[in-house]
Amino acid sequence: MDIPSIDYLLDETAKTSQPIWQVVLREEQSDSGQSQEQILDRALHTYEVMKNAAMSGIASDMKSVSGLTGGDAAQYYNHLRNHKSLLGSLEAKAVAYALGTSGYNAAMGVVVACPTAGAAGIVPGVLIAAQEEYGFSDREAVYGLLTASGVGGVVATRATISGAAGGCQAECGTAAAMAAAALTEVMGGSPQQCADAAALALKNTLGLACDPVAGLVEVPCVKRNGVYAVMAVAAADMALAGIRSFVPLDEVIDAMYQIGCAMPACIRETAEGGLAATPTGLAAKRRLF
Amino acid sequence: MSIGLFDIMGPITIGPSSSHTAGAVRIGLVCRMLLGDDVKHARITFYGSFADTYHGHGTDKAVIGGLLGFRTDNEKIRESLRLAEFRGLSYEIFTQEDPRLHPNTVVIEASSKDKKVRLQGASVGGGAIRVTEINGMAVQVTFTEDTLILFHRDSPGVLASIAHILSSNGYNIGNLRLSRTRREGDVITVVETDVPVDEATVDQLRSVESVSEAVVIPRF
Repeated sequence: MDIPSIDYLLDETAKTSQPIWQVVLREEQSDSGQSQEQILDRALHTYEVMKNAAMSGIASDMKSVSGLTGGDAAQYYNHLRNHKSLLGSLEAKAVAYALGTSGYNAAMGVVVACPTAGAAGIVPGVLIAAQEEYGFSDREAVYGLLTASGVGGVVATRATISGAAGGCQAECGTAAAMAAAALTEVMGGSPQQCADAAALALKNTLGLACDPVAGLVEVPCVKRNGVYAVMAVAAADMALAGIRSFVPLDEVIDAMYQIGCAMPACIRETAEGGLAATPTGLAAKRRLF
Repeated sequence: MSIGLFDIMGPITIGPSSSHTAGAVRIGLVCRMLLGDDVKHARITFYGSFADTYHGHGTDKAVIGGLLGFRTDNEKIRESLRLAEFRGLSYEIFTQEDPRLHPNTVVIEASSKDKKVRLQGASVGGGAIRVTEINGMAVQVTFTEDTLILFHRDSPGVLASIAHILSSNGYNIGNLRLSRTRREGDVITVVETDVPVDEATVDQLRSVESVSEAVVIPRF
């Protein structure tokens, strides 16, 4: 797919009266030479892998390779099942599945990097939780994934999805924007509402540092996936209520990139600043290496 | 630049890091495909962030998993160090600094029972890779297209023969890049095609005088 901007996507949806996911599917079809059914089948398989990762993550207390993390998702899922969660059922499940996916990732489980492995929990966390709550089909969930990927594709083209280049706003920020757009899509939002949901989510991650302890995709990444899943739900909910983003999504993406370029290298995945450079972070690093 | 849908919702990969794990698997896999045979021994040198964090990210397991022929989504990568022993692959791991290189760079010197290859590659984010050196020659290969790699001598007309064989078998060349050490020296030509070149055509290419080897690596 070759999608230069969200405005292009929105223009296409207006011209063809199609939702974003169909425009994305058409773009991928012309770019890859595969049929729409082949693309949808592969996307369905991708969604299966996402579900497997989330469920494996909440079902186990598997430790990460380094031993820094592990078991958070199982602990949180018990909390949720015992009706102790402060969140509504949708958001609580989104947290559980996002933590599950990210914990499974840290333990070298198989995940879908969406858009990256470090931010892999957010999109599936939100989408799987919403599917359980609202009972739509896997195929409809995949429509959400396509819309999310349209948004993620524009970010990758106009800006960056790499923490080393743009900080965590480029990874978890992009993932939250994708998740908000996906949820808005599956809940019947308009293309403009999908874009607004993504803009609201991305705006609230601007400036987010990538400062992983000991350079590993674990602290704060795993729990950050859980928290940003909830933020994505809130952004989608506001957009579905008709709230517009004052700054349109393309401009938010450009702002994210500009902020990323202005970030010092110590908070762009080098593990030399931020949380990585705290006494606790440094002690963990010394213990491991 | 166009980005694949499944590069955004993907790749499907073993954790924990698309750049430190998935990309590393793919570089190992390219090395194995260039050898075209089981890897018997590998010297692996990590640079930059790879050197600092390879243990915690399982980058060693990832590269060795790739050398064993595993794809990024193969759970056996977790056990690849043990499986290497079982499959007769011995390896040594080194770390080095070189600020000129991309921070996620690995150099692999691998040998099969009768061949050797030296490859330098960088993992550039989200599982994407860029191979920057093959057997000491500077190249730029990303494997996002179906790729044909030819090893040959620098002599007049080789490229014309290669292009002729490809076109007479119906292949469209999307991109072609040639690297040579010196005049009349060794050359590596990297050709990107719209579909993978089949085995019969590869045999024809191998029979061209001055071509010593041709390897097809379908996009992955």
